[in-house]
Amino acid sequence: MLDAQTNVTRTYLDRRVEEFRAQVQRRIDGSLTEDEFRPLRLMNGLYLQLHAYMLRVAIPYGTLNADQLDVLAEISERWDRGYGHFTTRQNIQYNWPKLPDVPDMLTRLADVNLHAIQTSGNTIRNVTADPLAGAHADELMDPRPVAELIRIWSTDHPEYQFLGRKFKIAVTGSPNDRAVTKAHDLAVRIVEKDGEIGYQILVGGGLGRTPVVGRVIKDFLPQPDLLPYLEAVLSVYNLAGRRDNKYKARIKITVNEMGLEEFSARVDEAYARIRPEFKGADQILLAELQASFEPPALPTRDTAGYEAAREADPVFRSWADINLRPHFQDDHAVAMISLKPHGGVPGDASADQMRRVAELARTYGHNEIRVTQEQNLVLPHVAKADLPALFAELKAAGLATANVGLASDIIACPGMDYCALATARSIPIAQQIAERLEEYEVEVGEMAIKISGCINACGHHHLGDIGILGLDRAGVENYQITLGGDAGPDLKIGDKTGPGFGYDEVTDAIERLILAYLDLRQEGERFRDTIARTGAEPFKTALYEEEANRNAA
Amino acid sequence: MAKRFQPGIVSANDLLSGAVIYLAADGKWVSSMSEAEFITEPERAEERLTLAESQPEIAVGAYLAPADNTDAGPVPNHFRESFRAAGPSAPARKSWGQANA
Repeated sequence: MLDAQTNVTRTYLDRRVEEFRAQVQRRIDGSLTEDEFRPLRLMNGLYLQLHAYMLRVAIPYGTLNADQLDVLAEISERWDRGYGHFTTRQNIQYNWPKLPDVPDMLTRLADVNLHAIQTSGNTIRNVTADPLAGAHADELMDPRPVAELIRIWSTDHPEYQFLGRKFKIAVTGSPNDRAVTKAHDLAVRIVEKDGEIGYQILVGGGLGRTPVVGRVIKDFLPQPDLLPYLEAVLSVYNLAGRRDNKYKARIKITVNEMGLEEFSARVDEAYARIRPEFKGADQILLAELQASFEPPALPTRDTAGYEAAREADPVFRSWADINLRPHFQDDHAVAMISLKPHGGVPGDASADQMRRVAELARTYGHNEIRVTQEQNLVLPHVAKADLPALFAELKAAGLATANVGLASDIIACPGMDYCALATARSIPIAQQIAERLEEYEVEVGEMAIKISGCINACGHHHLGDIGILGLDRAGVENYQITLGGDAGPDLKIGDKTGPGFGYDEVTDAIERLILAYLDLRQEGERFRDTIARTGAEPFKTALYEEEANRNAA
Repeated sequence: MAKRFQPGIVSANDLLSGAVIYLAADGKWVSSMSEAEFITEPERAEERLTLAESQPEIAVGAYLAPADNTDAGPVPNHFRESFRAAGPSAPARKSWGQANA
């Protein structure tokens, strides 16, 4: 099925690796300075972080096959420290590679058609998509053929190697947006109008220091017009986007400064010029891609054993209730694999675990694995009949935590434990909160806590029911709390509550919010429903006044 | 306005491993901050940074990191340098589930 990825050919990948191998050699022997080398290594996904290099590998639209996951595991053992970190943009990061080894790591990745190209720099980054694509019951159409078309078009595209700033694209085929499309520079939503499939196009979304909700620039774009339209958007941005100030260089600023109407008019103008250049080859390719992403044949299976296991084993039932999602075929399920054990590092998986998941995908999951924006893994097509066996094996591998979508399913960026840009730690805050809430998180229900260790917002803190932003306040870690964010189809940026909390205070503060919610909520209300009804005030009271009272006592 | 000079040490990342390194008084690069040269004068800082920058095959991104001096050598006076010196504060405790506990 992943044959589609061979469109980025082995020859091309080999050529790129050899080019980079020579560049690394020239850096080591002193022929290249760091200033000369830095953009070259970034073009290959290699960052220099706080304690080590970091290699970011793209997982296009979050889809892996078992062989690919095996290789990711192998790489972590041969050239890193035996684990990998899955990110909110469907990448995997290795935190400890040595510079001389990186070309070998890239060669091994190329063996399974993976690479680190355009995972950094001012280029079109890894094209992301709904991680439950082609499996979830609510989907209109699998977004991955379109994502792959965009990936092929944007990889090594000469016009987009030096954009004003990075450019992130996401694609979804479901009305229940699981790809955070409105927080992307450009998003494609597959929609249906009068029986015809087409695309709704959004531009100018993004998080970071200036969070902006993406806006619809084209309500309905016919399928054959997609790539020329994207070229038109990129060409307007490439010319009009600001290059004088890094913090004002993203397309969201261009759109805001120019106004959506003017921006859209310029895109239409560019589109009229570009459209005739597309003579249909892209549509032939898209048709081929669509054929290659057909779902696997899923024979009908009896679900009696699954129902019996639910009755017999409350631990299995709880995992199934929390971690399964509805599959388009009733006798199957989408199985979410949590990478958030209570007290663990969100998104980390050991080499053993990666290999185990690959094996489980072969045995029970038609060879498919997905990586989610929430830093978990997924087996998208599992027969319900196989779920009890799958659960038992996940449990043995430490991968059966039943918390997907609950309070301990926390998104956290690497923060100051790894990242050179961070202003505070994220991971230990996530660990503490998850451990604190473990006992009663099922009672709390659906809850999104998201933590970023700096204003760049890799941990999507703006979008959490509860968001936490770690800052450096006069040489001390300080955590600012936001409330009421929403990463769903009606994306919402959370509101700041007030003064931040110290490293040792933030877990207590979060717990006060959760307890206030339990007090305030009415029948059937999620956290976001309660806050929509009551406003933020009672939560702010819980955050600040109770603390003041305690201090006064 | 120029940033006020603060005493400290010269630190960088090792070219090959990316590891945190410090410049010692004898011009060698060491992995422990306590063995680094404690610099109290802006002129000396400039001199040592120039030396660091002349060794691109060893050190990447050399800078003067503020520190305090103690009997046991320089110590960090900001949490960022503490984490750089000590490595990730969040060990992989339970991070890979029971299998790795």
